[in-house]
Amino acid sequence: MTRYVMVADLRRCVGCQTCTAACKHANATPPGVQWRQVLDMETGTYPQVQRTFVPVGCMHCAEPPCEDVCPSTATKIRADGIVEIDYDLCIGCGYCAVACPYQARHIVHKRDLAYEKKGAMQHEDARFDEKRMSVAMKCNFCQGRIDTAKETGQTPGVDPEVTPACVNSCIAGALKFGDRDDPDSNVSGLLAENQTFRMHEELGTDPGFYYIWDKKS
Amino acid sequence: MSQIEPRHQLNWDWRAAGNFIGGGSGSGLVILAALAAGTGAPYWPLGFAGAILVGVGLLCVWMEIGRPWRALHVFFHPQSSWMTREAFVSALLLPVTLLAALAAAPFVYLPAIAGGAISLAALLAVAYLYCQTRILFASKGIPAWRHARLRPVIILTGLAEGCGFLLIATALFGGAVVSPLILLFLLLLGRWLAWRRYLGALTAEGAPIKALAALNQATPMINGLGHYAAAILVALALVLAEFGPWIGALAGLAAIAGGWQLKFVVVARAAFNQGFALPLTPVRGVGAPGPGDKPGWSKGET
Repeated sequence: MTRYVMVADLRRCVGCQTCTAACKHANATPPGVQWRQVLDMETGTYPQVQRTFVPVGCMHCAEPPCEDVCPSTATKIRADGIVEIDYDLCIGCGYCAVACPYQARHIVHKRDLAYEKKGAMQHEDARFDEKRMSVAMKCNFCQGRIDTAKETGQTPGVDPEVTPACVNSCIAGALKFGDRDDPDSNVSGLLAENQTFRMHEELGTDPGFYYIWDKKS
Repeated sequence: MSQIEPRHQLNWDWRAAGNFIGGGSGSGLVILAALAAGTGAPYWPLGFAGAILVGVGLLCVWMEIGRPWRALHVFFHPQSSWMTREAFVSALLLPVTLLAALAAAPFVYLPAIAGGAISLAALLAVAYLYCQTRILFASKGIPAWRHARLRPVIILTGLAEGCGFLLIATALFGGAVVSPLILLFLLLLGRWLAWRRYLGALTAEGAPIKALAALNQATPMINGLGHYAAAILVALALVLAEFGPWIGALAGLAAIAGGWQLKFVVVARAAFNQGFALPLTPVRGVGAPGPGDKPGWSKGET
């Protein structure tokens, strides 16, 4: 089996938002919609204060509440663990958006441009998809690239051509992507060597996004 | 911290609340009308009104979805989606209720059909009301909706609203007053207790602070109008028998208003999402992890 997951090393992330920008470029998401974003979290009280940068987005859960509630079967979980949306089936009811505990889903009803007066940028025109209007959309782990790997024999998470844009762009090497079920994959190594948590694990969604907070002792 | 704390979701607004208001009241009315039909009350105006209320609720949902001309796709996922199940039940509930109302109407009157159709409509209405509770319960991203103690609140308020409509119809078309009044009192008591238990559990277990604030801010009005005023009017209607039907109708109106406000507040005002949380902070270099945080959440008592 294959289960593609993402691993974010919170010790390394510097909050530069390059992944956010790379995602916006790769997927041409409209203003205000970020499939990948990095939270800037301040914790503790003075003088013991910490600042942590936390990349978030669709967690590609193994038990996705969005898939359960979707009345149209537009949201599906693939055999490789990627949760995808069929834009031709989705009715835009928003039920998946209220079922998702990660604020990962967005519905946009009209085409917005980053710079309305100057017109669409090249990537906005190149990647505009009418099918994404008025339906749910979210991070898909750049599934087009993952699918390409099957044809080319490359390895997602290792070969940049078949790796999600956010991971490719990470300047600190904080974001990693790969097959958790492959014991020799990069992410399996990271998970074996480090202590991790997942966001809102208590809700039973089995998210496919791990956060490294320390090495294993 | 604004991007981290629970934020008010913007996908379901007053139109979604309209589905729970219309659907709850309508299904409650279809159930109560079936019970009242056994005592000789006229079913047909109540059946029609119940179907119209459910239909208005569904119209609200249809107005909310992004691709309304794909609405039939809603039937594609009965395996796990309570929205699909609600749609299937509504596809039966509306025609069966209309058939029952028509068969019970004096200008058609088909007693052989009416009895069975009225009972079937009531069963479907129970299923419809249950689907509505499960739709909210399955919304894992909204802490105020996914709490199990909201389920009895939604069921009891649907029945109380249905009883309220029954009392209004009794004032207009005649029929027994005392038993619906007593039933309304019991349903109001149940709703009041269920609402109290729901708020108490959310407070004790911890919830988004803004969701609790929205619920607590609305509670005096929900209780004052929907429970206390309605209960006093029920008592008055029982004592002042001469004006009983009309005071009962007022009690019904108060119960309906309280129930509608309750659902509007839960669906459209207290719908704050989960937000984000850190169980602990990363260890950079050496040392121990720092404490985590769950901003925007009440601590709870447990």
